[in-house]
Amino acid sequence: MKARFLTLGPTKSRIEIVEAGKGRDLLFLHGAGGHMRDDPLIATLSTKYRVVAPLLPGYGRSTGEDGLRDMLDVTLHALDVLAALDLKKPIVVGHSMGGMIAAEMAAVAPSEVAKLCLLAPAGLWLDEHPVADIFSKLPYELPELLFHDGELGRRLLASGGNMDDPEFLKQFLVMNARRLGMAGKILFPIPDRGLVQRLYRITARTLIVWGAADALIPPVYGHAFKKAISGSKLVKVAKAGHAVGHEKPAAVLAAIRDFF
Amino acid sequence: MKFTWFHLMPWPHMPDDFRQKHRSVWVDLPSRMYEPERGHGIYHEYLDQLEFAEQVGFDGIGVNEHHANAYGLMPSPNIMAATLTRRTSKAALVVLGNSIALYNPPLRVAEEFAMLDVLSGGRLVAGFPVGTSMDTNYAYGTIPALTREKYAEAHDLIRKAWAADEPFAFNGRYTKLRYVNCWPKPIQRPAPPIFIPGGGSVETYDFCIDNTYSYSYLSYSGYLRAKLLMEGYWQRVAERKVDESPYRAGFAQVICVADTDAEAERLYGPHVNYFYNRCLHIYPGFADAPGYRTVKTIQTGALSQFTQAAARNYPNMTWKDLTEGRYVIAGSPETVRQQMEEMIKTLRVGNVFCLLHLGNMPDDKVRHSTRLFAEKVMPHLRNLWPDWNNHDDRFWVHPMSERLAFKAAAE
Repeated sequence: MKARFLTLGPTKSRIEIVEAGKGRDLLFLHGAGGHMRDDPLIATLSTKYRVVAPLLPGYGRSTGEDGLRDMLDVTLHALDVLAALDLKKPIVVGHSMGGMIAAEMAAVAPSEVAKLCLLAPAGLWLDEHPVADIFSKLPYELPELLFHDGELGRRLLASGGNMDDPEFLKQFLVMNARRLGMAGKILFPIPDRGLVQRLYRITARTLIVWGAADALIPPVYGHAFKKAISGSKLVKVAKAGHAVGHEKPAAVLAAIRDFF
Repeated sequence: MKFTWFHLMPWPHMPDDFRQKHRSVWVDLPSRMYEPERGHGIYHEYLDQLEFAEQVGFDGIGVNEHHANAYGLMPSPNIMAATLTRRTSKAALVVLGNSIALYNPPLRVAEEFAMLDVLSGGRLVAGFPVGTSMDTNYAYGTIPALTREKYAEAHDLIRKAWAADEPFAFNGRYTKLRYVNCWPKPIQRPAPPIFIPGGGSVETYDFCIDNTYSYSYLSYSGYLRAKLLMEGYWQRVAERKVDESPYRAGFAQVICVADTDAEAERLYGPHVNYFYNRCLHIYPGFADAPGYRTVKTIQTGALSQFTQAAARNYPNMTWKDLTEGRYVIAGSPETVRQQMEEMIKTLRVGNVFCLLHLGNMPDDKVRHSTRLFAEKVMPHLRNLWPDWNNHDDRFWVHPMSERLAFKAAAE
């Protein structure tokens, strides 16, 4: 994996782009947690694709989050990044918040997104099946919420530092405030910014993948997306939680290869 | 010195096993715990106490805004202040305050504060808090990272609405109004004195200095821990080369007065315990939504009042820990006087928000402690800032001298 930077728009935001692998172009949009260290999903996808994974402003070394306030800002930003990357008919893959952004891109600009893969996307709300409130969770609660195998989640989410060290804690809090502060603009307090009324516009061939044990956005949402996007296919992955791509990267890669 | 008797209006019937049964006093505490018929008497007892505080000589009486909680039962402090305008006549009404980012449109605050100022004859102190994260983000749904921008815009609108004598258009990002036309207008011109509750961010220091607002640190952890934060404020005041009037700052202090130190522990110990262990029992996940505080503020290392509370080991703190650590100033009038003086001088504050009702304290004890403070402590603390003649016009109310009679024009 290597990183490079794009400079974007009148505000000159600096966007960090992680790239890995060779093959057909695949644009990957991360979820609210950002990339993991040695991200297992990016690593696995890059065995078969050229993965291009931009970081949203507020994440990693990407800047410009103050200029993004609402869903339209974020969607247009993502389309600007896609245009600047000059990819060849990429498969646009988005996880969770990234799935919400990918679906918005495909709905707002159907001619720009021909192949769409949504991994447990956010963006819909069903009163009978409320999405858990990720913002009020404490760090130690996240592995069980995001993974079927909590122990694996704890290992993958390990922050790589000691929370009792005040300097590390401060860095962690700053990083968390930047990332989830940005995510909150489209996910807080309810991750619904009207996507449901735009999904009909999607013309991309669409694959939806859901962890069968998703405790954050229950799998019933997979059916709601499938119903709203014509011709889409839903694949459920057994023994996987919300971080389906990180918990079962090989199964997700197989589903993508099979569909596209 | 200006002393404001401040009420939080907590729910006083949280059970003994409250901490075990509930993760938080705020946000997700089931409202079935609230009993409206009991609430009726409680509200009136609390309002009576505020009126009593005026009678015994406090300069101000204070209320504030919180939501979805048993810590403070004033979702609308303006309703409480309105009742107080009718039965008080001297004390400043310190509404600390209205969380201006939460009102839609925020013009509502300009209007209601103007109503209060007119009703009270110019006795309103207007507080503009950002609001706790529990209130602002979790209970009222404001997006954390946009809270401060929304707050700044609301502040701009309110000040313009008070200042203007003609309708004007306001094209904000969050509020768009073709006709801003504030009827009524406040008696105090151009605006009532404005107090800003703050928790250590440099941006708020500058905001207060730029606008000549009083910086109010509302803490329950006492002046020893507040020292660092207030030193930061005064350092900023010095850097900005404005005068160092102590009335630029205020501090909230838990106070218990009895005839002797031992009597104070006996009388107030259980209620102090109720306050620290039930009223401040906040789930850490609600204390500070990511994005609520700026990166700059986090980098200064300042933790929110409630994050600190969550991190502290209040259940294991004894009366001795709380009083010796000066979380609570408690004891005989002489003990309280000494410690109050030390607090006021250490922090350099002209305003003190006195918390003399705590948790589930019964009315007779509240009045006993209040009366002792007013009669045996307060008079000895009046002249701690002789250079300022116990007053700074910029940071206190300007009441009307007398009520103007309404004379209908005879046809």
